[in-house]
Amino acid sequence: MSDATYSGAGKGRSSLTTADARTAKRNAAEKRFRFYGLAAIGAGMFFLVVLLTAIVSNGIGAFQQTFIEVPVYLDEQALDPNGNRDPADMRKVSTFGYNPLIQTALYQQVRDAGIETSYEDAGDMKALLSASAAAEVRDWVLENPGRIGDTVTFELLASSRVDGYLKDRVSRDSIVNDRNIDAGHLDLVDALQADGALHKSFNPGFIFGSDASESRAEQAGLGVSMLGSLFMMLVVLVLALPIGVAASIYLEEFAPKNRITDIIEVNISNLAAVPSIVFGILGLAAFIQFAHLPQSAPLVGGLVLTLMTLPTIIISTRASLKAVPPSIRDAALGVGASKMQATFHHVLPLAMPGILTGTIIGLAQALGETAPLLLIGMVGYIATNYPDGIVSGFMAPNSAMPAQIYEWAKRADPAYYERAWGGIIILLVFLLIMNVIAVVLRRKFERRW
Amino acid sequence: MPVTWLFLIVLAIALAGYFAGRARVASASGGDRPHSLPNYYGWNVALKALVPALLVLAVWLVAQPFVVSTTVSAQLGEGAVPEGSTIGLVMSDVRRVADGLDAAVEQGLMSASEASGLDAATSNVRDRLAEAGAAIGGSVSPEVLAAAQTWRAMTATGTLMMTAVVLALAIGGAAWGWLQTSAEFRARNSVEGAIRIILLGAACIAILTTLGIVLSLIGNTIQFFRIYPASEFFGSLTWSPSFGGGSQLGIWPLLWGTLYISFIALLVAVPIGLFAAVYLSEYAGPKMRAWAKPLLEVLAGIPTIVYGLFALLTVGPLLLSVFGRDGLGWMQAGTAVMTAGLVMGIMLIPFVSSLSDDIINAVPQSLRDGSYGLGATKSETIKQVILPAALPGIVGAVLLAASRAIGETMIVVLGAGAAARLSLNPFDAMTTVTAKIVSQLTGDADFASPEALVAFALGMTLFVMTLGLNVFALYIVRKYREQYD
Repeated sequence: MSDATYSGAGKGRSSLTTADARTAKRNAAEKRFRFYGLAAIGAGMFFLVVLLTAIVSNGIGAFQQTFIEVPVYLDEQALDPNGNRDPADMRKVSTFGYNPLIQTALYQQVRDAGIETSYEDAGDMKALLSASAAAEVRDWVLENPGRIGDTVTFELLASSRVDGYLKDRVSRDSIVNDRNIDAGHLDLVDALQADGALHKSFNPGFIFGSDASESRAEQAGLGVSMLGSLFMMLVVLVLALPIGVAASIYLEEFAPKNRITDIIEVNISNLAAVPSIVFGILGLAAFIQFAHLPQSAPLVGGLVLTLMTLPTIIISTRASLKAVPPSIRDAALGVGASKMQATFHHVLPLAMPGILTGTIIGLAQALGETAPLLLIGMVGYIATNYPDGIVSGFMAPNSAMPAQIYEWAKRADPAYYERAWGGIIILLVFLLIMNVIAVVLRRKFERRW
Repeated sequence: MPVTWLFLIVLAIALAGYFAGRARVASASGGDRPHSLPNYYGWNVALKALVPALLVLAVWLVAQPFVVSTTVSAQLGEGAVPEGSTIGLVMSDVRRVADGLDAAVEQGLMSASEASGLDAATSNVRDRLAEAGAAIGGSVSPEVLAAAQTWRAMTATGTLMMTAVVLALAIGGAAWGWLQTSAEFRARNSVEGAIRIILLGAACIAILTTLGIVLSLIGNTIQFFRIYPASEFFGSLTWSPSFGGGSQLGIWPLLWGTLYISFIALLVAVPIGLFAAVYLSEYAGPKMRAWAKPLLEVLAGIPTIVYGLFALLTVGPLLLSVFGRDGLGWMQAGTAVMTAGLVMGIMLIPFVSSLSDDIINAVPQSLRDGSYGLGATKSETIKQVILPAALPGIVGAVLLAASRAIGETMIVVLGAGAAARLSLNPFDAMTTVTAKIVSQLTGDADFASPEALVAFALGMTLFVMTLGLNVFALYIVRKYREQYD
């Protein structure tokens, strides 16, 4: 502030065009302050960019996976000893019966390509292939029993170490103490890659597949937990939207000014700030301990998230109801509508775009929420099976996208870190789409009165 | 699923009632204009069929298991509880046997009368239930089997009674509404009154949620303090739970970790957020505001699990390479107070900035104009007029951010480490109240053990702390707003 007591007495002001020392100092302070503000915004942007770069650069690899093309001779002796192509008999051959065939085929392929290797035994090829390869071949054979006896080329998942080698996560130094793979295997990988049998390509299994056990990172996918999230969001939408809108209409249009209304309002504003983990405790105690709903079920997750998103939806719905001018209500009342008719026939439709925008943003918040899901048992459960139908979709144990990401982040194999980042990309894409829809809705339908 | 069917039948009755009511008023009025539009007569019947029936259904579904389990455990008595077990464990056995019997009857392995007449002395219940896919640990004692049979019988009668009562209510309600229907009946008023009550009910869910939170926390917390002394919980300086017993469950190391991490987070978020808010509201042109504000708010829209992963896999290793053994040697592992605090600070930047932005914008223009009129520069006006005027509001915003930081879970679970310790070094791993709630409740611990129940006491502490901060902050913000309104 300009000091009132300042008296540059005697000096006078020499010139208007050149700044004196004090003015220069004040201008410098002004500039500095402005720079601090810009720097703060710059810091925010910088963090945003770093965060997004980290996500994309670490996660993009998860969408690609290493595959090995192996022409496998489907030996009748091993796969259908009775020779009758009866599915019941063929089912008796477990994946242990398939492993030698695949390993022999790969070894043969290595030999045929003229690759020099010190490995003498087909069993040594095990390190290159995913443990899921035999199950994959077995499923295919059970579906196509007629092809037994032929040589069929399969595109099989490589093991996560091989995949990591192609993605520079695994090197010859890092595997010195690794029991699963040797440097010789990596030489083989180089040779096979040059030969064209081993290549990296887009992996739809990551997006649509199911989770896998800890040792099979290459097989794990997000598909099942995506369905879990979808079922949870359905519960949230079906419960939170009507309840939230009803509560807002009451508070905004009908509530008398009394104690009960005050209590409700205070409760809503406090619930909006209760930590999400507390809602998890509520879900655990009320829905699982008391009501005996099944653990890890999307229904329970949806109920907890509903309670959590209700305040958000109520707050935004009330704002959009408030934005409808009173003249609309007055006009409706004036032509003989009841208060209820004025609200439901005129105010609510006009407030609808705002309500929908608020709901979508609330849903987006619920979709990314993890902490309450941990407490109701959505973590630690390995979501390997798709739900059979609608009912089991709601009631059967499942995971959800953020819970699955957390689960992957906790596993010891670094190959899972890449999948966790990849899962985040998918999660963020969903959130982005929801937010874009909300913004478009607002731009398109919002009316300024 | 009988409940689903019951629900659908009630819906069908209501639908039929709707059309019946509409048709009746059209024919009964006989030329007179009825009081309300025909739809209201339909709705009147439908609501009278629907609302009481569904309310009773909901209450019954909640109450029945409760009543049944109380009766059955009273029947079991103390004698049926073997040494070293609890009534809760026996009851869960009972429930498992009852479910197993249900499954066996459903799959046709047992006839209904066989299931209710089964004798533990003559047949091997456990094997027979295993056939039906119900796994029961240990052999089934006669008391448990008898209790399970009572359970099944009571549940069956209960469900039957429920069906009868609900259907009677639905049909009775519909009939009542239908009989009421006449040209003079004020259907609109009646329906609108009912809708109003439904709306009030929806608004009361907020109260119910709070009540649910408080009850579930208090009930379990009291149980915890019954088996673990409160003086130890609030007085002990060590946190070392061991599921074998003999745990020390002092809250102070956890509180210290929580507050330390929150402090570092605020140290990052408050200056950056505040300066960003000042710049955006006082200096930035409309164009810059239009893109910088939403971009900053993207940081708030990113789920916390993303920040958690960012802390664990990016920030942690980065800090370790500078402060770790190869650098300054202050840091043992990637997970530390600093890691979690920094990342949480990033998350809170938009929270502080958008709240402060609102508050700075609410400072009346006349204060700025007065200051400029006296010859102050922009920054002098901000520092000496606007910020002091906005200070209470900004303090409120910071308190709200603090309550966010205290309640944040995913970042600390992934980024802060698991060791509970009282240390001043920000590069040490520490743990927080929220992280321990997660770890105590996600294990395989028995819910009756102090190691699991302590999570509810921690939750209670967390709830009280955040609630206190919020109420205080909202009070400050509101008071401040009134000042300039």
